Amino acid sequence: MGTERAVRAGLLLPRRPARRRVARVPLPVAFFICFLVALVLSAVLADYLVPADPYRQSLRGRLDAPFWLGGTTGAILGTDQLGRDILSRILFGSRISLLVGFTAVMIGGLLGSLLGLVAGYAGRVADEIIMTVADIQLAFPLVLLAIAIVAVLGPSLENLILVVGLSGWVTYARIARAQVMSLKQKEFIEAVRALGGSDLRILFRHLLPNTLSPLIVVATLDLARTIVLESTLSFLGLGVQPPTPSWGQMIGEGREYLIIGRWWVSVFPGIVLMLTTMAVNRIGDWVRDVLDPTLRNV
Amino acid sequence: MVLWGISTIVFVVMRLSGDPIVLILPPDAPTAEVFRVRREMGLDQPLWVQYLVFLRNAVRGDFGQSIHFRQPAFAVALERIPATLQLAVTAFALAVMVAVPVGILAAVRRYTLYDHLGMLLALLGQSVPTFFLGILLLLVFAVWFPLLPIGGTGTPAHLVMPAVTLGAFAMASIARLTRSAMLEVLSQDYVRTARAKGLREATVVLRHGFRNALIPVVTIMGLQFGTLLGGAVVTETIFAWPGIGRLAIQSIFNRDYPVVQATVFLAAVAFVAVNLAVDVLYAVLDPRIRYE
Repeated sequence: MGTERAVRAGLLLPRRPARRRVARVPLPVAFFICFLVALVLSAVLADYLVPADPYRQSLRGRLDAPFWLGGTTGAILGTDQLGRDILSRILFGSRISLLVGFTAVMIGGLLGSLLGLVAGYAGRVADEIIMTVADIQLAFPLVLLAIAIVAVLGPSLENLILVVGLSGWVTYARIARAQVMSLKQKEFIEAVRALGGSDLRILFRHLLPNTLSPLIVVATLDLARTIVLESTLSFLGLGVQPPTPSWGQMIGEGREYLIIGRWWVSVFPGIVLMLTTMAVNRIGDWVRDVLDPTLRNV
Repeated sequence: MVLWGISTIVFVVMRLSGDPIVLILPPDAPTAEVFRVRREMGLDQPLWVQYLVFLRNAVRGDFGQSIHFRQPAFAVALERIPATLQLAVTAFALAVMVAVPVGILAAVRRYTLYDHLGMLLALLGQSVPTFFLGILLLLVFAVWFPLLPIGGTGTPAHLVMPAVTLGAFAMASIARLTRSAMLEVLSQDYVRTARAKGLREATVVLRHGFRNALIPVVTIMGLQFGTLLGGAVVTETIFAWPGIGRLAIQSIFNRDYPVVQATVFLAAVAFVAVNLAVDVLYAVLDPRIRYE
């Protein structure tokens, strides 16, 4: 009721009807969204979907070809060096990729956004410290750092999530900081301060919501990076340990059998991994174009 | 400053992992022997003394003896630099030589088949993980059609697959950025002026367009070179390329800390140097940028 009076008195602008920005979803994006939805569903429902037990080994059915290439066991995508069904392992492996990918983005995103807000808002000293740490981390070959830490702490799911998560905070911090720095000079922040709003209120009620859309864009594109980093570490044997399947680990194990022509062990999980990162990247591009077209070079 | 931070992180991470003595001496070594080696390596000092000694030595390029190679760690790492440099420079040159023309063409012929095809390839290049691209290339060009050697070094043929593998990601990023930077520049008034003057299209696009699009392109090149150094770790491992990335991985698995420290330090030095070069390039490209 108060709003309407304020509008009439000329204190508030009448609310404009929100323009619909998301008019059409381009066809490739729609396809990739369907792919990702299917992937998430199959990760959740893997127990009910798999054609065979992903852990059951079979000495007689080792390295069996996919059924259309003359496989004898009838495994749709063939079997690996221990005779395990590759399709089932890919479906189960999606759990690790998605779990590590999403949680790592959350860790990096939360930490980075928070540090970025502080760096942009709290003054010179905090800013200098945080940005120097960011520069140091950027100068570090990231894969090497991740490998070193995992090798030292020992490979496990928790360490994997931690390392991949901590690897990505810098981008979020930089975006949040730049955004805060330009916003905090604006009149509406001054108004909040004049009205007696506390720093915390300014940060979380006024600055954070206004930095959110570039941060979401970064997070979407970052998901592709975390998934690739997870699979890279798993490929090098530093991810989740066997027998738990993960895509990177399957590709790494299959490497030895390429030379004798048993390519399906590596190639099928690799194709799924590639499609996943492609889907995330393409959707991320689209989200960026819709939410914040100025973020061209992220 | 950055180098100091990196050395510190490396020091902390390496010391987190336990007692290197365990790796040097057999488990049944007499206690006196353990103490002797410990004193020899300075491991009997308090941690902060070890840290200061480490920093002092790092500045001089002294990272101690490699536990595995029984040689100075810095020399072991330095020896591998040429191989990595050769690979990285080839990959980078390849990436730039393909990416820049593709990006320009995609921008000039926007929304045509060239544009869509180029950007689809760029999306692919950005999405395929380095190690999987390496494996696909191996499968196609070494196993199915044995045209190229599986790994190692020696001839230019050995360089092809590793360079393509390593360069793909940078190639994709540079192509995409060149396209968007060009699109922005080409819509500027001075480009229209240049066209109105009746200049040849090639002059307009290259002299008036591309020169002004170079700044963001060079920035991403600098960043991509850093990523390239990281990618070298994976690429060198797959193709048995005797560079510093493979050495780093082997040393981590061997727990050869002095060598790990030396490799990481060298990688960071390279990254800092490349970014310095990028800053200098800015001033060359844009006369308005001057450094005090």
